[in-house]
Amino acid sequence: MQFIKTRFNYLFGSTKGLILVAIAMIAVVTAIWGMLSGPMAEMGVREIVIKLFGMDIVQAEREGRIIILYHSIAMAVVAIETYMVTGILKMKEFFKMTVRLLITVGYILTMVFGMGFAYFGHNWAFHGLYITGLSLIFFAGVLLCIALWPWDNEYYITDTDYARTKKGIDLERVAFFTTAVTTVLSALFGAVPGSFFGNGFEAFLAENIIRLPHKTTMEYSVIGHLHIMLALIAIMITLIIGRWLNFKGIWHKIAMPLMILGCIVLSLGVWGVVTPLEPVAHMIIYVGATPSMLAALFLLIWSWGKFAKEGTAHIAKPTFLQKLGAMVSDPLKFGPTWQMLFMNFTTSGIGIFMAIRLDEIFRMWPAREERIELTGHWHALSAIIATIILMYYGDMLGLKGKVRQVYGWSIIFLSDLALGAVTVFEMKRLFITEAEQQPLVNMLMYMIDFGLGFLLVLLAIVMVWRMTDLFKPKGRWTEEMTHELSQEVTK
Amino acid sequence: MKRFILTLSLLTALLASCTPVDLNASIPTFDTGIDPNTWAQVPAGEFYFGQHENIETTNAYEIMVTDVTAQQYADFLNAALADGYVKIDSDNVVGYYPGDTFHGIKHELEIKAGDWAYIPLNDPSQRIKFDGTSFTVQPGYENHPMTMVSWFGAWGYCEYYDYRLPSEMEWTKAARGEDERPFPWGDEILRENANFYSSRDPFENMSSFGSRTSPVGFYNGKTYDGYQTLESASPYGLYDMAGNVWQWVGDVQPQEGFSDRFMHGGSKDTYDMDLRIWVRNSAPPMYFSPGVGFRCAR
Repeated sequence: MQFIKTRFNYLFGSTKGLILVAIAMIAVVTAIWGMLSGPMAEMGVREIVIKLFGMDIVQAEREGRIIILYHSIAMAVVAIETYMVTGILKMKEFFKMTVRLLITVGYILTMVFGMGFAYFGHNWAFHGLYITGLSLIFFAGVLLCIALWPWDNEYYITDTDYARTKKGIDLERVAFFTTAVTTVLSALFGAVPGSFFGNGFEAFLAENIIRLPHKTTMEYSVIGHLHIMLALIAIMITLIIGRWLNFKGIWHKIAMPLMILGCIVLSLGVWGVVTPLEPVAHMIIYVGATPSMLAALFLLIWSWGKFAKEGTAHIAKPTFLQKLGAMVSDPLKFGPTWQMLFMNFTTSGIGIFMAIRLDEIFRMWPAREERIELTGHWHALSAIIATIILMYYGDMLGLKGKVRQVYGWSIIFLSDLALGAVTVFEMKRLFITEAEQQPLVNMLMYMIDFGLGFLLVLLAIVMVWRMTDLFKPKGRWTEEMTHELSQEVTK
Repeated sequence: MKRFILTLSLLTALLASCTPVDLNASIPTFDTGIDPNTWAQVPAGEFYFGQHENIETTNAYEIMVTDVTAQQYADFLNAALADGYVKIDSDNVVGYYPGDTFHGIKHELEIKAGDWAYIPLNDPSQRIKFDGTSFTVQPGYENHPMTMVSWFGAWGYCEYYDYRLPSEMEWTKAARGEDERPFPWGDEILRENANFYSSRDPFENMSSFGSRTSPVGFYNGKTYDGYQTLESASPYGLYDMAGNVWQWVGDVQPQEGFSDRFMHGGSKDTYDMDLRIWVRNSAPPMYFSPGVGFRCAR
């Protein structure tokens, strides 16, 4: 009994344990449900999985199933970010415990009963528990906002290396707070149309209606919701990485106000799609996205400069190559910001290019091609966020030496290979005709499958290692029980 | 050595991806026994429209049992060229279209009255050849659906014979009948039901040229050189209402300012999910592709 109790306390009572459980849950869902589409479906694996697990797949409900699947995974990611925020920032113990309790119960209910409802017959009790889970996560979000309230003397800072007001208000905390508040409001922005369309399974995927010039308010709300939630998850992970790396100095002082401004304007722009501001909403979104992305760029500039400087501190006059070597010497710390830069090729760059040349190029192609681009670029962004989480998690595990190098570089190389190929796949019509594309498509598919497949294998190895570790009386888990992320912020 | 082998493998794979596709690779020829000149009767009445099964109504109409074939289209072009209904303009066969009402809505294309391209002539994927006087079909493709045809070309064909393109509702009802089925033949899809991406039919080779069209009516339960198909007609006896080629439908501006034209049925190049009856694709009316065809109604 004691054996189970101590492990349970680790898994559900410590930051690293909670993160491990959530990553494991996502890994299981990804591994099983990843076999229902793409090359696995082509090879016939999908049919085997459906029979093996006794899934009830109704053709007309595909869109609804996918929406629940996305939400199940997204809620676990939101939970991971919440664990990180509550572990890395100062807050009252009551809030920390309550937020974690609510979000843990919430995402597990969402995932287990949501997937149960979507894929294993329609047990309406499961649907109720799925909604209960989402509601608990929402409530956890509200409490997190209260916990992050920055205008409390207790959280004022005096260190002038960090962005702060004259009074000492911590602007980084304000940025975390702003992101949390806008996330909660944006969740509501999706909950309303979710309830509307969920009634009677009238679910739809946004990419399927994107070309219709006249959309209802509820349809706009769905489109806005999915965009803003992913953007806010990305902003939050950027803030978390900045805190972990101990982002400070002049770049921090410029970046934090930009992050706050960007987050607010971006959210207002997205919410504006359901108001008379709709015709100019996209312009507001661009205005909001620019400072947010600049803030991430400043984190990159600061962190790369820091790695290069610290790594060559022992050399009197380091050469460019020595600086470069120092900059990339730790893939787990270099990786997150590299992935943010890489995101510009797979997501932002594609998005901007599409927006600029929409009528001349992309709307001359069939809607299905546009759907490939839309779904491709947000899958890429989601995957990039996942890799950043995995890199931070690698550091939390205390990976050192060659293992750290192999783990970090494998994540970077494999994901970038796959996502680079996804990007070329999305844009292939620019340089190859439909009739002549097959050899190129095959090559790209090999790259995607190789990259994502081995990334999942790597994740599986880590999960198996962590599971076996749990059986050891003095395993790594015992050390992780008491370690808090705030103690591990880079000096 | 290991590095060398790895690099060599990667280079080989990369070079393989640059290998040009032989668009004229030999294609098996089969007589499906389905006559493309036959029409199916669809009675007036209610049916389920769309994914969420809204109840709609159509009048009675007739619709072609198969897609218009390449041979039928070549015959049309020969007759229409002689009549002056179409003409050759540089590399295209063009014909008159009276234009769409233009509303000036964001992203709306202005489709003016005038000559529009029906088909391109010099595209390597075009199966119809023009020798300067007449149109012929590339051997082996006579009973395959006409592809590489714009919406204008589909509209022009139907108009020439006093037919019309089916509306989206008519197309749906013809494919679905009066129940809620997702596929023309029923609730589930197997590889032997239709020509779709990686369906392993005799016309496909995913390691080289990829997927190609199959003759119209191919999925009728017959066995072709050992390849057993399933009878996959719709309740009204239409073939290829799922897979093979997307089919243009006739709705013009179903929403004010929406200049695209809808397509239904999925194609040889799409996953099975796109073969569900209610799935829409759309493109501007001047778009053509080796995966898009049409049929007419009257």
